[in-house]
Amino acid sequence: MLEQTILAGFGGQGVLMMGKLLAQSAMEEGISATWLPSYGPEMRGGTANCIVVISDDEIGSPVSESYDAVVAMNQPSLEKFESKVRPGGTMLINKSIVPIKASRDDVEVYYVAANDIAEHECGSTQAANVVMLGALQSVRQKLKSHSIEKAIAYVFASKGQSVIDSNLKAFAAGMTSLHQNATAC
Amino acid sequence: MPAKMQLTKGNEALAMGAIAGGCDCFFGYPITPQNEVPEVLSYEMPKRGRVFVQAESEVASINMVYGAAAAGKRAMTSSSSPGVSLMMEGLSYIACAELPCLIVNVMRGGPGLGSITPSQGDYFQACKGGGHGDYHSIVLAPWNVQEMYEFPALAFELADRYRCPAMILADGVLGAMMEPAIIADNAPPPTVPEKTWATNGRNGRAHKNVVNSLVIDPYGLRDHNLKLQAKYKKMQCETRWDTRDVDDAEILVVAYGISARLALSGCKLARKEGVKAGLLRPITLYPFPTEPIAECAANKKRVLVVELSAGQMVEDVRLAINGRVPVDFYGEMGGVIPSPVEICRKIVEAAQ
Repeated sequence: MLEQTILAGFGGQGVLMMGKLLAQSAMEEGISATWLPSYGPEMRGGTANCIVVISDDEIGSPVSESYDAVVAMNQPSLEKFESKVRPGGTMLINKSIVPIKASRDDVEVYYVAANDIAEHECGSTQAANVVMLGALQSVRQKLKSHSIEKAIAYVFASKGQSVIDSNLKAFAAGMTSLHQNATAC
Repeated sequence: MPAKMQLTKGNEALAMGAIAGGCDCFFGYPITPQNEVPEVLSYEMPKRGRVFVQAESEVASINMVYGAAAAGKRAMTSSSSPGVSLMMEGLSYIACAELPCLIVNVMRGGPGLGSITPSQGDYFQACKGGGHGDYHSIVLAPWNVQEMYEFPALAFELADRYRCPAMILADGVLGAMMEPAIIADNAPPPTVPEKTWATNGRNGRAHKNVVNSLVIDPYGLRDHNLKLQAKYKKMQCETRWDTRDVDDAEILVVAYGISARLALSGCKLARKEGVKAGLLRPITLYPFPTEPIAECAANKKRVLVVELSAGQMVEDVRLAINGRVPVDFYGEMGGVIPSPVEICRKIVEAAQ
């Protein structure tokens, strides 16, 4: 198994954290993971992204030419990374703030109202990243949901139980979001 | 506390590795992409009663390392390409004075002020001198976060053993990426050999210790150089390398550091396309695994060297193979990361 994912959005949307949770979950399962953030002048412009690779084998490259899944939390990310999804791969788009549709017809596209769900479930759009992680998990399933929940509890441990609970709720809401609200193309 | 598996950034792992390796003093000046190294050490070193100094420049940093190393302390600095260039004079002095220390270079794009993106353009500088005169540093090239953690201790140990500077040559990707790695938060201090030559006070000794890099008499300096050269010869037994799938390979890929990671993926892709490719990864760039490469390449069809440079290590690979097997090169510069797909394409081409 080799799963390569790009998570992208505005700085502050928690895309680096989303990637960290994925990598932490893989570690919980005892498989290999790499997390590589974008760094450089583009971050000052307000966009951030990271690449997460997970595998049950030794991981060579932490980057790829094309990806199994791309998560676009905002419109610039959709525009920048749509071409990076490999044919047959998956794209998740935060439809709360992305008014446009994906133009690819050779990939699976899911629209998730991540901000709205986060606000509704947790009272804050801050958890939109973890909602999206739940949605990603519901369509890719490369890790056990339980591992991701453990990772959430570990990563947010210093912030207290209420933050952990809130994020677990966001994750659960994201997991079911595509059965209720979203449309696959 | 026992060591445990942690998702850790390369630079942070390196900082914790320096602490585990018994680093007494850190001197440095900030530069991307290695800033997490001094960041972590700025709070972890004082906590343990050790020294952290943000120097006024890289030139000052390396000379502070010179002084601390002369006093017998485990001293280090960390920087990135342009900053390391500034340290070359001091490094040459340290090598001449036969002092053990650690210099970390988390390489970025060059030449000049270049970019902050990853590169391997400093191989020549690290392995072929860099500073003036006939000297060498031991050069270690980690390829994952675990080695970023483990190599500072190894570097200090080798530096002490041979009384020479050791360098860790990493790059912007290794510094920025996170991977699971076994890290000890409170490792017991390593056993450091007694440094009878250190200028740390006479302590009732009959003789006076002197640390010096000026040998004005030509014959005296020649003799000192012969001594250094004998040491570099002796050091050859420290050569380290690693391989993946080389036994049945028709194409041998040679790469170090992050390039070896990219090349490993390239080899795996090539095998899916029916071309048997294997990887040899030098872990020590100095001493260079000349014989292991020659031996490994002997029954191969072609050799491909991959670097994030215009082709630097490839010269040593060509010397090792000495024309017996054709050697191709693929590199990207300026912080561009070669893709495994492109590496695979070069492997497949080489096999045809």
